[in-house]
Amino acid sequence: MTNEELKSKITELLATATVEEGGQSLTINVEPGEWRLLAERLRNDPSLFFDYLFCLTCIDWKTHLTMVYHLDSTKFRHVVVIKSKLPADNPVIETVSDIWKTADFHEREVYEMFGVNFRGHPDLRLLILPDGWEGKRPMLKDFEDPVNMIRL
Amino acid sequence: MLRLKTTDRQKMSSTSNNLETSEASPSGRSGGASSFPGQIHETPGGGIVLSKLDDVINWARSNSLWPLTFATSCCGIEMMAVAAAKYDFSRFGFEVARASPRQADVIIIAGTIVNKMGPVLKRLYDQMADPKYVIAMGACAISGGPFFYNTYSVVKGADHVIPVDVYVAGCPPRPEALLHALISLQKKIKNGLTREQIQTPKPLSGGDKLHQI
Repeated sequence: MTNEELKSKITELLATATVEEGGQSLTINVEPGEWRLLAERLRNDPSLFFDYLFCLTCIDWKTHLTMVYHLDSTKFRHVVVIKSKLPADNPVIETVSDIWKTADFHEREVYEMFGVNFRGHPDLRLLILPDGWEGKRPMLKDFEDPVNMIRL
Repeated sequence: MLRLKTTDRQKMSSTSNNLETSEASPSGRSGGASSFPGQIHETPGGGIVLSKLDDVINWARSNSLWPLTFATSCCGIEMMAVAAAKYDFSRFGFEVARASPRQADVIIIAGTIVNKMGPVLKRLYDQMADPKYVIAMGACAISGGPFFYNTYSVVKGADHVIPVDVYVAGCPPRPEALLHALISLQKKIKNGLTREQIQTPKPLSGGDKLHQI
């Protein structure tokens, strides 16, 4: 599918989804509460068949966080980017680790680095950080290195 | 007091064979990298070599240092280059890279040491047999380098974990720089100036002391 076809198809699947212009790939914004529903449709719709989550990450904008999901279809080779805005205090979003297995570790990593809670995740433990890690999530912009810190 | 490892004895036994060809320096310990420390007194029907046992042991040890195969980031690539044909540290006796710390004499800390790697590095060092030497290769191993500020995960210098004999600057250092560091370590050993050699000698029967601790 071309980006235009994807755009009309996805807005058909979820009417509240909005399209962001200017990116290399088609970019869709969804409310965190509706992400789970859209994810299942993107994965299971036979004409979309987004079976490959090739990137899952988070951005800290200081005022809020943005979850970013890059999806690819190994069958049709089309790509879509899904973004979802989360509040900076108590960011929560539904897990997609049962839809795309790869999201399991990536969500754990976003959890420990940005403090996003993935509701329904089967095993939301620290992944890379040492056990017993306390304090701020290290990828947040207001994280301070306890040993050597330079403030810009 | 000096204790000989098995490898030292092997190195010693090869000493006598090489004596005729090696150039003995009259000043003893200084001189070229391979020169035997001692003086030859010519006598009819042969000669007598005078030397100090300490110097001979240091000479033997310094010329066959076995590095541990240990690298944590890009410095490791340079270290591999130094091991390979173009730079070839076997010219200086470093070619026997060991995958086990129990058989290694020197650990080249080639790369960033993160907080999670710190205990591993300490354990590797503890498992190495005495005498053992440490080279901190590159900015990360010296001070944390590019990760000195504003990081959550990097040890700010490997010498927070284990003691270091030779530091070599660079990011990563040129292969020549690592060769220079290796030769510097050899010189340090020959002059009896490594951290381990200038420590107060351990008592020969240390068993009782150990129990007290």
